[in-house]
Amino acid sequence: MPLEPWLLYEIMLRSRLFEEAIAGLWHEGLISGEMHLGTGEEAVVAGVVSQLRDGDAMALDHRGTAALLMRGVDPVALLRELLGLPDGLCGGMGGHMHLFSKEYLAASSGIVGAAGPTAAGFALSAQYLRPGAISVAFFGEGAMNQGMLMESMNLASAWSLPVLFVCKDDGWAIATQTDGTTGGDLDERARGLGVPAADVDGLEVSAVWEAAASAIERARAGLGPSFIRARCVHLEAHFLGFQLTKAARHPLREMPKVAGPITRSLLRSSGAAVRDRVEGVRAILAAANAAQRDPRRDSANDPIVRARAALQSDPARLEDLEDRVGREVGDACASALEGVSA
Amino acid sequence: MRTMSFTQAADDALAQAMADDPRIVLFGEDVPTLRRDLLVRFGPRRVRGAPISESAFVGAGIAAAMSGLRPVVEVYMVDFLGVCTDALLNHAAKLETFSGGKWTAPVVVRAPCGGGYGDGGQHEQSLWGWLAHIPGLTVLVPSTPADAGGLMLAALQHDGPVVFLEHKLLSETWLEFLGSGARSTVKFDVPAEGTRGEVPKRWEPLPIGNAVRRRTGEDAVVASVGVGVHRAVEAAQILDAEGISTAVLDLRSVSPLDKAAVCEAVSETGRLVVVDEDYEGFGLSGELSAVVLEAGIPCTYARVCTQTTIPYARQMEQQVLPNTQRICASVRQLME
Repeated sequence: MPLEPWLLYEIMLRSRLFEEAIAGLWHEGLISGEMHLGTGEEAVVAGVVSQLRDGDAMALDHRGTAALLMRGVDPVALLRELLGLPDGLCGGMGGHMHLFSKEYLAASSGIVGAAGPTAAGFALSAQYLRPGAISVAFFGEGAMNQGMLMESMNLASAWSLPVLFVCKDDGWAIATQTDGTTGGDLDERARGLGVPAADVDGLEVSAVWEAAASAIERARAGLGPSFIRARCVHLEAHFLGFQLTKAARHPLREMPKVAGPITRSLLRSSGAAVRDRVEGVRAILAAANAAQRDPRRDSANDPIVRARAALQSDPARLEDLEDRVGREVGDACASALEGVSA
Repeated sequence: MRTMSFTQAADDALAQAMADDPRIVLFGEDVPTLRRDLLVRFGPRRVRGAPISESAFVGAGIAAAMSGLRPVVEVYMVDFLGVCTDALLNHAAKLETFSGGKWTAPVVVRAPCGGGYGDGGQHEQSLWGWLAHIPGLTVLVPSTPADAGGLMLAALQHDGPVVFLEHKLLSETWLEFLGSGARSTVKFDVPAEGTRGEVPKRWEPLPIGNAVRRRTGEDAVVASVGVGVHRAVEAAQILDAEGISTAVLDLRSVSPLDKAAVCEAVSETGRLVVVDEDYEGFGLSGELSAVVLEAGIPCTYARVCTQTTIPYARQMEQQVLPNTQRICASVRQLME
């Protein structure tokens, strides 16, 4: 299967437009609960999912919409699930963190790290029932600190399970910077369990595709699991409405809500020594600064922009493609929203 | 008297205890962000963030409690205790018995619980019955700001492991964080009485295992915890207009259970309705029926609980979680 930049750009763009539409519906209140989008990780997902075939399985995290869409799940069914309608993908019972497609052997979970054991099990059944088929686990780097994922990597290694462990590394575990809560090097961790590791630029779809191609070939040949660590940036941080993202975008509006209680607490008489209190303030300022230096503001960190740049030699084809994908997503939204009132 | 919101009250009692007792340390996922007011007052040595490694940090919290600290360990949601059940089930809960009563683990595991904001069945469970099933664990479920603070202080002073559950619908911070995301376009059925209320100037620990009557009544008693208490009070007000006088008993603690208060209330009315947001089978509702049967109190009984996995869709979710209509219907049925 050769690398097809036009196809990859198309599925990434479709996913982006689709998730932007989801964000709009969420802001309108038509989608409930939390909303974790995959915007910013499209190159990682596309580079892997575009190489899957019948019989391959996917274990997804709480951010699985993009992978399902790229795999071929009906966008209208996906949207109607998120809208909580009885004819949604899962009858309105699951929502975006709990999306399931038996047809595509794709299972999501909102429990961090749960993709590990699931992918191992899918791969185990493939060894018996679907020789040559593989499974993929998608998870963030925060999940690398979850025991069940580490145990699964060991299991896959010991049993030569055809698993591709894909770590979408954006440097943030929920609202905590991962480097402060993670020891050692993640690639070395995988290698220490006998799982070959590749560290790739997750903003560059061709880089992900190449790494995935060799890992998938290895798995299909019965040579066991691989680990791909793909660095990326979540354009909407952990989830929509996240306080640090809002503070970075609207500092004047958002900061006073946080600053008042902090100041009052800081000035209370009993508590830690001044030195420790200053450390506490410094920790909060560091998080706020990290949000201010938001890599999301730099379009060089947008995988869609990057994938598009490689195709600009043929502007007419690009325009056709973008028009068509935009229409498709618009039509899917219109169709999904039939009979829905705000 | 001061007034406070639910989570503010729990945090305020925690702060008071931290100021008095340097052994109290606080850790868990995103804790420096979630408890930033405590971070700036008590410093990063006592308020620290943990990796997403519940088995490690809950287990470590238990052993740290065994060896001199009094940790408050936070997990993002009670559902996620599924990841580290071993630490609670096989270690925290067993220590006192295994050591012949010579060793305990004074750890507080704090977790948001409950549904009603459309997050789906893996993030909206209650699970207090599941936890209370295990001998050796204390399970507290406050329903008002005053109880949140008073029970937090009691948990911190308790000598064994305590699971402190904070209903997300009562906590404006959790509800904004997980439910609305600061949107004004979504609405939740939030019981106002539980979200903000009077609290004492200085916190005193509430006795653990003491139920309280939220409402008196002669015809039936509704027993519940958490948001269920407020739904029951609302139902009782509706039933009042129909001439049915309903008492509401807030258990406040699932384990230990205030059996005496349950028996007394049921003796007076002869009718018991249990409202439990946790699962119906093998849980608190069945336990209360056993308590009354064992005491030989004649009564009729009904329950309004969560029977299935909680659906994501808001309309279905509203039907599956105990609601006022279902409570009213159950009380009326017992009156027939």
